[in-house]
Amino acid sequence: MSTLDADTVDRLAAHLEEAELKAREVEKITDEYPDLDFEDAYAIQWAIRRRKERAGHRVAGLKMGLTSWAKMAQMGVEQPIYAHLFDYFAVNEGAPLRTDELIHPKVEAEIGVVLSRDLSGPGCTIAEVMAAVDVVLPCVEVIDSRYRDFRFDLVSVIADNASSARFVTGGVGRSPDGLDLKGLGVVLEKNGQVVATGAGAAVLGHPLSSVAMLADMLAERGETIPAGTFVMTGGITAAIAAQKGDHFTVRYQDLGGISLRFA
Amino acid sequence: MSMDAKRRQTLAEELYRALRDAAPVDPISERHPEMGIDDAYDISGRFLQLRMDNDGERVIGRKIGITAKAVQRMLDVDQPDYGWLTDAMWVPHGAAITIAGTMIAPRVEGEIAFVLADDLAGPGVSEADVLAATDFVAPCFEIVDSRIRDWKIRITDTIADNASCGMFMIGPRAVSPFDLDLSTCGMVFELNGEITATGAGAAALGASPLTTVAWLANAFGARGESLKAGEVILSGSLVPLQPVKVGDVARIHVGGLGDLSIRFA
Repeated sequence: MSTLDADTVDRLAAHLEEAELKAREVEKITDEYPDLDFEDAYAIQWAIRRRKERAGHRVAGLKMGLTSWAKMAQMGVEQPIYAHLFDYFAVNEGAPLRTDELIHPKVEAEIGVVLSRDLSGPGCTIAEVMAAVDVVLPCVEVIDSRYRDFRFDLVSVIADNASSARFVTGGVGRSPDGLDLKGLGVVLEKNGQVVATGAGAAVLGHPLSSVAMLADMLAERGETIPAGTFVMTGGITAAIAAQKGDHFTVRYQDLGGISLRFA
Repeated sequence: MSMDAKRRQTLAEELYRALRDAAPVDPISERHPEMGIDDAYDISGRFLQLRMDNDGERVIGRKIGITAKAVQRMLDVDQPDYGWLTDAMWVPHGAAITIAGTMIAPRVEGEIAFVLADDLAGPGVSEADVLAATDFVAPCFEIVDSRIRDWKIRITDTIADNASCGMFMIGPRAVSPFDLDLSTCGMVFELNGEITATGAGAAALGASPLTTVAWLANAFGARGESLKAGEVILSGSLVPLQPVKVGDVARIHVGGLGDLSIRFA
């Protein structure tokens, strides 16, 4: 049940996009609109997408957030959240990540997939996702909430494109055939020291269930996940704060690794 | 050592009684603040001797504890500790553990067990030496339990108490360590069907379970002893300890090593 008119949606989208582009933190939007609901929040996020596309940017992929059953229970929701990745979010492995373009970046290790065919919900299953996944690959997400001190609620974060900011892909791409995505271990190192470890099951029990849930959530808007889409399935490790000069390496069981540095 | 032999023996007997009666004792470090690390290992050795002499238990391996950096910080130490595994502590795959009368406040850890093909004699043992001396690795549970009341342990308490070891179960699938990257291998821990934690091999000392086994070989090497071929070595938990109660079922899934579950009755 939407609580905002179209003009307000557009105004909030412009407000949050400007915060992102200028790397300037803002107060969470529910301070001003306490009744904001999920439908409003996604309406704002999709309005940001339209703004990006009008400016000539391309959607480079989709990402999932809040992909832990325990965290969902804490937040009192039954679905994770999704957001958009735009072309200029992509940082090539080895290239410096410009810290001055971000507010307070944090790094998460994730598993990414690229689909070879469309996926649509409702009722999308891991089986369908497995059959549709062309490549599984390591990816690192750099999140950067536009909200002051990362202080937000769920609807505010959805409107803010789920804190999406940058991402790096790399390592070894593999077919999902024969890959144990639940038990696949991940080691996150910051400046040469292990700061977090995890395994694929941290993402909704199985990283591909995250893709199935994405298809189901998009179906609510009459959308599908088109063939060729890159999807980041959700953080396996905790998000680790990064500053200028930090470098990170993520090592994956059977999938190689990725390095990134904050310049 | 700063405690006399008689006091160390008395404390070993106290821990032995606590184990047999499943009745905890007050923290030793509070009652005997003079107890040092050496004293604690001596008490642990005497505690083991009582189990062998009184009950005919025999040593079949060793365990490494306090391998997570977070736990080291909590106990204010910068290295792991070790304890002994006896045949009586081994739980066959598929068996249930009866808590009442046998355990005080059990907690489950998900680990990787090593079975050695060759002796490992420190000092100077490296990860490569551990690889070369390992027959196979397997997923395993260690059920730790503290004979110290409410787990109010300092480092010396847990060392004296056989590194809080209780029982262990080894999974059915054995894999050569050559076929697995032990540093990135993932660990998924479930309690009653719910994932409570995930981790990977590098949770062991921020490096690998190979590193903890090398540490153990070197710790024994420093006193002229070696790890023996055929021994089971529990290399340290890759996930936080999970308290369990009657009726709980814990399960681990280890990338490349498969699954193992354990039931508490």
